[in-house]
Amino acid sequence: MELSVVDLSRLQFAMTALYHFLFVPLTIGLSILLATMETVYVMTGREVWKRMVKFWGTLFGINFVLGVATGLTMEFQFGMNWAYFSQYVGDVFGAPLAIEGLTAFFMEATFVGLFFFGWDKLTKRQHLAATWAVAIGTNFSALWILIANGWMQHPIGAMFNPDTMRMEVTSFYDVLFNPVAQAKFVHTVSAGYVTAALFVLGISCWYLLKNRHIAIAKRSIAVASAFGFASALSVVVLGDESGYEANLNQQMKLATIEAMWETEPAPAAFNVIAVPDMERRENLFAIEVPYVMGLIATRSLTTEIPGIKELVEASKDRIRQGAIAWDALQKIRANPKDVDPNVRETFAQNQHTLGYAYLLLPFTDNPLTATNEQIDAAAWSAVPNVWPMFYAFRIMVACGFFFILLTAVFFYYSSAGKLDYLREKRRWVLHVAVWAIPLPWIACEMGWFVAEYGRQPWIIEGMLPTSAAVSSLSVIEVLITLAAFVALYTVLLVIEVTLMLRAIRKGPEDGQQPDSPHAMPVSRAYPIAAE
Amino acid sequence: MILHELIDYSTLKMIWWLLLGVLLIGFAVTDGFDMGVGTLLPFVGETDTERRVAINTIGATWEGNQVWFILGGGAIFAAWPPLYAISFSGFYLAMFIVLAAMILRPVAFKYRSKRPDPSWRNGWDWALFVGSSVPALVFGVAVGNVLMGVPFRLDADLRMTYEGSFLGLFSPFSLLCGLLSLSMLVMHGGAWLGLRADGVVAERGQRAGSFAAVFVLVLFAVGGGLVSSGYVSGYQITSDIDPGMPANPLWKEVIVAPDAWMRNFEAHAIFWLAPALGFLGAFGALVGLQTRFEGLTFLCSKLSVFGIISTVGVAMFPFLLPSSIQPSASLTVWDASSSHATLFNMLVATIIFLPIVLIYTAWVYRVLWGKVDERTIEDNNHTAY
Repeated sequence: MELSVVDLSRLQFAMTALYHFLFVPLTIGLSILLATMETVYVMTGREVWKRMVKFWGTLFGINFVLGVATGLTMEFQFGMNWAYFSQYVGDVFGAPLAIEGLTAFFMEATFVGLFFFGWDKLTKRQHLAATWAVAIGTNFSALWILIANGWMQHPIGAMFNPDTMRMEVTSFYDVLFNPVAQAKFVHTVSAGYVTAALFVLGISCWYLLKNRHIAIAKRSIAVASAFGFASALSVVVLGDESGYEANLNQQMKLATIEAMWETEPAPAAFNVIAVPDMERRENLFAIEVPYVMGLIATRSLTTEIPGIKELVEASKDRIRQGAIAWDALQKIRANPKDVDPNVRETFAQNQHTLGYAYLLLPFTDNPLTATNEQIDAAAWSAVPNVWPMFYAFRIMVACGFFFILLTAVFFYYSSAGKLDYLREKRRWVLHVAVWAIPLPWIACEMGWFVAEYGRQPWIIEGMLPTSAAVSSLSVIEVLITLAAFVALYTVLLVIEVTLMLRAIRKGPEDGQQPDSPHAMPVSRAYPIAAE
Repeated sequence: MILHELIDYSTLKMIWWLLLGVLLIGFAVTDGFDMGVGTLLPFVGETDTERRVAINTIGATWEGNQVWFILGGGAIFAAWPPLYAISFSGFYLAMFIVLAAMILRPVAFKYRSKRPDPSWRNGWDWALFVGSSVPALVFGVAVGNVLMGVPFRLDADLRMTYEGSFLGLFSPFSLLCGLLSLSMLVMHGGAWLGLRADGVVAERGQRAGSFAAVFVLVLFAVGGGLVSSGYVSGYQITSDIDPGMPANPLWKEVIVAPDAWMRNFEAHAIFWLAPALGFLGAFGALVGLQTRFEGLTFLCSKLSVFGIISTVGVAMFPFLLPSSIQPSASLTVWDASSSHATLFNMLVATIIFLPIVLIYTAWVYRVLWGKVDERTIEDNNHTAY
């Protein structure tokens, strides 16, 4: 298969974003857990809580730097690989990114230095404030990024300006309080909290299984299971909120998640398993649970959810209307300073469908004269592949329900003071918690896949197709950077995991355990070999 | 929103041009000394402890400094979208090299001290060297290219095509700018080491910084000579331009003119202050480094960085990114900004939050202030980088 610049740029964005999100959820969640643990330390004055903060803080630090490192790429690759996107929506999309740096990342990055190096230079309360500043900064950071991403899913508060050939803000308020962004923010940070909770829980259970660091492990489980249980409930409930918002704004995404080809009588059934066939545009096989889908997506028994085929029909109308807008835009463009007011009026009335005309450009040079076959092809090109959507979503949801169960079990045993019962009689439960550590990452990555792949072929829903958004680059240039990013990130990831495992094996300092063979010798300078 | 009408569009464009300068200078002045120290690291430290002294003068604060870079990227995206789109996609591979190098920095700082193995630590030291020196060099090369004009075209949809190549970025003039930028940050890093390190590391840093300051003086003079003699041509708007116009870079005429980058200085003598600061600052830093006036040295070095970057900005005004193959598509302050409303909203955010950032940053620096010497490292063997 011949890969185009668009394909490679998408692959590179997906790869760098998915790598970035290996580190981000743990940073988001662990920062809050650290601040919580330190709050307990400051309130009770018990040293064990300080040792907990320092130990989990060490792991936080190893993870944090890779979040920062991979985040650098994210800030710049919109311009590098998606130049036309940047030009087209920078007026709207750039602002949340800039404000993220100004209000959130500055705070997080400045105070993280104090978190690590300020223990002896600050009072207890000052240090606690620094830790909370890191946690708040991190979470605000997520808010602004999701406002930007939410706008790509549901571009409100902006309008196309034919003079500047781009979308411009009409209501900054609408961009900030975009309901999709708000739902995504809470869902995403909750996912981060679950990730951190299961991380702390799993490692603590490993210590219990190894009979090490019991005091710290039990307290960590207490915090992580309570926090994790609340977050797991929230991630599922607010994920449902995302589904509800998707039904209002991104019906195609919802229909492909459900592999729902035809509009069904309300309330629609939920497909537990299906074998979707893109060619025949139907499911070869499906197991359905009646009513459930309709209830989740519409919260009513009578509202219909449109199927893929109906949505394609509707987008054909938009394509025809978009062609009118496109034609008017060509006339405005030809002589921008002297335009017939009627042409401007025609454009203004149809401009919200302009993006749909771009769907035709791969099939014809002049959207206005497109044949019905071309319109049909363009409309069907706006349907993402169904089966990856369908299964990625189900893996994520299954993980979500498992997290509720797992954290509930530990919350119960921990708050009832019965963790020793698990240690002695039900060790398999501890083993399950250890093996569950990677699952939140899988769920997070699946979630992002559904959110982003499900928006295709749009880079901005209904406004600009991804294929029109790329930079003028050569295939070889993007291949070089793609290969180099994969190599660099993979090496760094391997180093990160190795250091993480080392730090976990070494464990917190609690006086119970003699120095493990991995511990660093104290007070010795290591001469550097001559270069 | 009518609120943004409070400040007219052309004034907002001017303010954002100044803020662009603030961000670039903020980045160069703060993260600049981190990059200088990183570049000097393999040379000022012979033993592991000596290197740790150098690293720990910046270890706790470099992360916040780097946010100037991130914020710069975000602010250019928000306030100057075409500049963000065209420069980063045009300089694609160069930008990739900068990112790859800068990605090494956070990791190197954090992971270096995780294992005592000398080859492990030595490897991360070179990662810090690359992560600091390569971006410092490439930023200068990029500025050199911007001064000469960049080969891009815009079609009527404002879709950009770039006709240059990676190797085409390296010309004698752009390399000179790259070396100037590197020397400037090394001078700044040397001044910082004098201020924050003690003992042999500070001495070596100051010695290297002195050499760098001499380079700054020479390279800045040669670069200025090349521009003022017309070896590097400037660009000039020849059509009427309304500063309050919609941001469309195709609505004007531009020509290439040998003396165009000198005209702002000729029109307003006060602008000579910028290059004067560049020279005087570097000279003051040189004297300070030789005579060990640490605080004054660092201040002079900051002023030099400020002066040199301002010189480029003032010379080019109102140009941001000239096009060498379609000059009329060049990006200027008047036609490459965001909309009136966005510039206003972003200004409000900046006025509220930038002072807060500066206040807590100053506080954090104060808390962590103090000379770092070998004793500090040995006493904090576990917690220091």
